[in-house]
Amino acid sequence: MCPLFELSLQTPARVLKLHTPADLTQRLCALGLRPGREVTVLRRGWLGGPLQLRIGSTELMLRREHARAIVVETLPVQEG
Amino acid sequence: MHRIALVGMPNTGKSTLFNRITGGNARVANWPGLTVELASHRILLGARMVQMVDLPGIYDLSGGAEDEQIAQSFLASTPLTGVIVLLNATQLDRQLGLALQLKALGAPMIVALNMADEARSAGITIDTAALGQQLGCPVLLISAKRGDGMAELKQALGQLPGQEVQLDFSHLAPAATFHDEEARLHHTHVSRPPTMPASITTRIDRWILHPALGLPLFVLTMFLLFQLTFAIGTPLQDALGSGLDWIKSTWLEPSLAGAPEIVRGALLDGLYDGVGTVLTFAPLIFLFFSLMAVIEDSGYFARAAFMMDGLMARLGLDGRGFVMLMMGFGCNVPALMGTRVIRDPKARRLTMLTIPFALCSARLQIFLFLCSALFTPAQAPWVLLGLYLASIVIALGTAWLLRRRFTSSEPFALELPPFRLPLFRQIRLRGWGETRSFLRMASTMIVTGVLLVWFLTHYPNEHHSYAAMVAQVLEPVLTPIGIHSEMSIALIFGFVAKEVVLGALSVITGMQGNALSAHLASSMDPVSAISFMLFTLIYVPCVATMATMHKESKSVWFTAGSVVWSLGLAWVLCFVFYQGTRLVSGWF
Repeated sequence: MCPLFELSLQTPARVLKLHTPADLTQRLCALGLRPGREVTVLRRGWLGGPLQLRIGSTELMLRREHARAIVVETLPVQEG
Repeated sequence: MHRIALVGMPNTGKSTLFNRITGGNARVANWPGLTVELASHRILLGARMVQMVDLPGIYDLSGGAEDEQIAQSFLASTPLTGVIVLLNATQLDRQLGLALQLKALGAPMIVALNMADEARSAGITIDTAALGQQLGCPVLLISAKRGDGMAELKQALGQLPGQEVQLDFSHLAPAATFHDEEARLHHTHVSRPPTMPASITTRIDRWILHPALGLPLFVLTMFLLFQLTFAIGTPLQDALGSGLDWIKSTWLEPSLAGAPEIVRGALLDGLYDGVGTVLTFAPLIFLFFSLMAVIEDSGYFARAAFMMDGLMARLGLDGRGFVMLMMGFGCNVPALMGTRVIRDPKARRLTMLTIPFALCSARLQIFLFLCSALFTPAQAPWVLLGLYLASIVIALGTAWLLRRRFTSSEPFALELPPFRLPLFRQIRLRGWGETRSFLRMASTMIVTGVLLVWFLTHYPNEHHSYAAMVAQVLEPVLTPIGIHSEMSIALIFGFVAKEVVLGALSVITGMQGNALSAHLASSMDPVSAISFMLFTLIYVPCVATMATMHKESKSVWFTAGSVVWSLGLAWVLCFVFYQGTRLVSGWF
């Protein structure tokens, strides 16, 4: 278990819990970032910039402070 | 009247579909949420006249964002014959819930799965018949961009029962209620390849979002956009200008020869010349927006916003603000219009306050002329570079100072849509739509401004006009910042448009080109020239910008505040610069 913010790049993880503000949580759920879903961090923006995330076929940007409030668990890397 | 509402999440191609069905031109951009007012259009479906209404993009019917509330209150108060629910076929894993939410409200629905072409090439297959059975309504695969599936959609619309249904929002369940059902439907009826192939978008992103190369690439793109606009647009502008002059000298002047002096002067030198000057900008605006549409629709702006967000967040703005500021370097007017993508009113206003400080191409003309007149070829580029830096620092500084008054309450998570090739049809529609709205504005606000300036500079007489009197009144204010009366009249002209400042200078001095350069070089020292340029950079850009500011903010106070802030800041900074430099140079 770790915050989404600390997840290594290109490592799939499962979303466990969102501790983000209520309206942002609702928005993130609509964008597919919900408990149970798989998320990958594609890159981190420079100068403390946001994270580029992929959930399913949706890509979005999320600021670091919010990525710290999301708990994920890494998934075992699938072979082959 | 039968009404059909178009509902969908941001970035599903709603406006494109609306344009497809109605043939109109609601604005389209590959960025969440550009539709501002509710666009509606009447179309004939079979034997029925139907009013199609395009609702703002919403994530969730129970959401609290402004757009979501607009959509809710429309749906809750308007009896509807049907609702088209538009979903992105590649993102059904998170979008089917919206259809389920509407179904639970009892809406007579047609579900249209857009971007069927993208889904196909990603290897996604959707069992629309089975999905339709589960949802209890027709489910169609379409591509609004290419026009695929339009006939089927119109047929389905024609087969709606025709009774008007009033949705009952008192039983609205939150979106999360439908997540399990959404996952089940997606699992059963949608199949996708186990591993997604590395898409073109991923490969382009590697360059465009590169920590070191990303920003230079973006600046280069914007630079090329401006270059192309002016390379093609300036000859068109000149041709239009000479055409208008020709009409004036061959038709208008002879036919008004018998009219009284005041009527002739006001109509020809005031109204016709003024409106003509503005009209010649139409080709530039058309080109600028058409090219902008290419970049916007491709999905590049969302990337630029991603890149700059880290820096901009510290200043109280977000990445989109930077994109708009860059647009402002071309022209402030479209940049102000572009802030519509920022859906939070406060965040949007903060961005709007920064844009008038962007050194636009009209101001650049003045600076280029003055720099070459008063500085050596070795000095001039540095002066210009300094002005660009001042422009950026003042714009961002304004945001930083006012960030606490305009704190955004927008849940900030922006979608980064995949790169898409824009279609010629959409680009043309966008260019034309913006040109039309510019001309509409020009016909009211700008005409008033132009007439006023003509009056001020010609009455009571040309040698002792009101403008000259105003310049005299302003003398105690402008002398401390090194601007003498000749130049202050030019500044008054600059209120209308920075494009006329040079023309005004040549009228006031009675000199042109090299003679004007020589005259300015002899009447101004470099310090007061820089002070004049600094003032020109900071004070109110032009009537068109002020009018746009008012139109977009819908607030006289906000517009007035922005004008007062720019004027005050211009004076204070020029005073500090001019007096400071003189003081320091006095020591040596």
